[in-house]
Amino acid sequence: MAEFWSGFLLPLIIMVLQILAIVVPLLVAVAFMTYAERKIMGSMQLRQGPAIVGPFGLMQPFADGLKLFAKEQILPEGANRIVFYIAPMLTFFLALIAWAVIPFDYGVVLSNINVGVLYLFAISSLGVYGIVMAGWASNSRYAFLGALRSAAQMVSYEVSMGLIIITVLLCVGSLNLTDIVRAQETVWFAIPLLPMFVMFFISALAETNRAPFDLPEGESELVAGFMVEYSSAPFALFFLGEYANMILMSAMTSILFLGGWLPPLPIAPFTWVPGIVWFALKIALCLFTFVWVRATVPRYRYDQLMRLGWKVFLPFSLFWVVLTAGVLVTFGWLPK
Amino acid sequence: MAFLDRAARSLFLTELLGGMALTLRYMFKPKVTINYPYEKGPISSRFRGEHVLRRYANGEERCIACKLCEAVCPALAITIEAEPRDDGSRRTTRYDIDMTKCIYCGLCQEACPVDAVVMGPNFEFSTESREELFYNKQKLLANGDRWEAEIAQNLAAEAPYR
Repeated sequence: MAEFWSGFLLPLIIMVLQILAIVVPLLVAVAFMTYAERKIMGSMQLRQGPAIVGPFGLMQPFADGLKLFAKEQILPEGANRIVFYIAPMLTFFLALIAWAVIPFDYGVVLSNINVGVLYLFAISSLGVYGIVMAGWASNSRYAFLGALRSAAQMVSYEVSMGLIIITVLLCVGSLNLTDIVRAQETVWFAIPLLPMFVMFFISALAETNRAPFDLPEGESELVAGFMVEYSSAPFALFFLGEYANMILMSAMTSILFLGGWLPPLPIAPFTWVPGIVWFALKIALCLFTFVWVRATVPRYRYDQLMRLGWKVFLPFSLFWVVLTAGVLVTFGWLPK
Repeated sequence: MAFLDRAARSLFLTELLGGMALTLRYMFKPKVTINYPYEKGPISSRFRGEHVLRRYANGEERCIACKLCEAVCPALAITIEAEPRDDGSRRTTRYDIDMTKCIYCGLCQEACPVDAVVMGPNFEFSTESREELFYNKQKLLANGDRWEAEIAQNLAAEAPYR
């Protein structure tokens, strides 16, 4: 019995508690992200945004959530029931499991695997399956077209994203996310690799289907894209998954380019603040930029989107990989 | 040179950053919207809202059943029936306004010789059924009692121009 307790049950309970310690704050962050988005976009358009539910409208996301779950679930005629319900679950699930490898502070990580970047990249690439399945299973033209667009878009931008990540890896010499952050102790990669940083952020916008690359759900032509047939709880799962993905991409940007949990300067007033706070602040900054971009730019046309991905970002990032590698080799700066 | 100029512009995202700077500046500007159910925008003293039937200060209703409003109403929204009251004065027995027909042109209040039918400042009279919008004399007089203070003020403000 003692064997069972210490060998199996206790580690299991600890693991579940650790997972909850990540997932619950994440979901709360997602809830308040929707609120923040509406407030920020409101301010930028000289509106007030939600201001009725709770103080300053802070309870609005919970009211929205309750409303969504109280709605009727509709299964379209001719839809593939199983795939239709698996798709939102998959999207949500993938948005959550990626957080297993994110280091919140030195050593504060659920699973410190040595190919963390590869894992993150794999998970974010899998995200397209949820969307394609949703589009196909809905048995609706709008949903299908939205899913096709989304698949093409995500695949296109993943290529240049991969090359950008390779540039970072060349400077670090490790795929471990903790090592990547520690390699930025002298200078954040956003400074020497500024063009890569900008391109990574723009690719992250495309990867999460956010404005100006929100073609998969372009309401002017596709109603709501791949999630047009979804209602109630499955829709809520898509919504949560999308926002969790945004937060994940912001976390990735922070880790790869903005020095993760590291303070801006390694001197007294900055080092007093715990690393996890710095990490959260950097994520918040990236998320603010996500919303800021959405409030600023109009949606891209589809051919422009493809042109940007294949004819601008791909050659440019390839050039920078070669350039970075060349500089590192020439000056003997290659990491050991 | 024009080509280089254009290439540099798109490469350094100058236009994009300019746009972003603009939205950021707008974020700190005062908001133009108001918190509607709690705050309301100003309305003109000539505002044409919900109709009311007014009374004199002694409680006598103003309407003398001349039917000018009924005649002028372009939407045929007003229905009036009248007969002499016990004291011999001519009064309406029925004064109905179908608010679903009304186009809020204000001709009825222009036509009224005794300022009895007036369009008040109230625009929040939505109902849950169509029937509730068929106003009768009782409802209109009740409206008049409710909005008399505001209406008297508005009429006084507009008096020099009428």
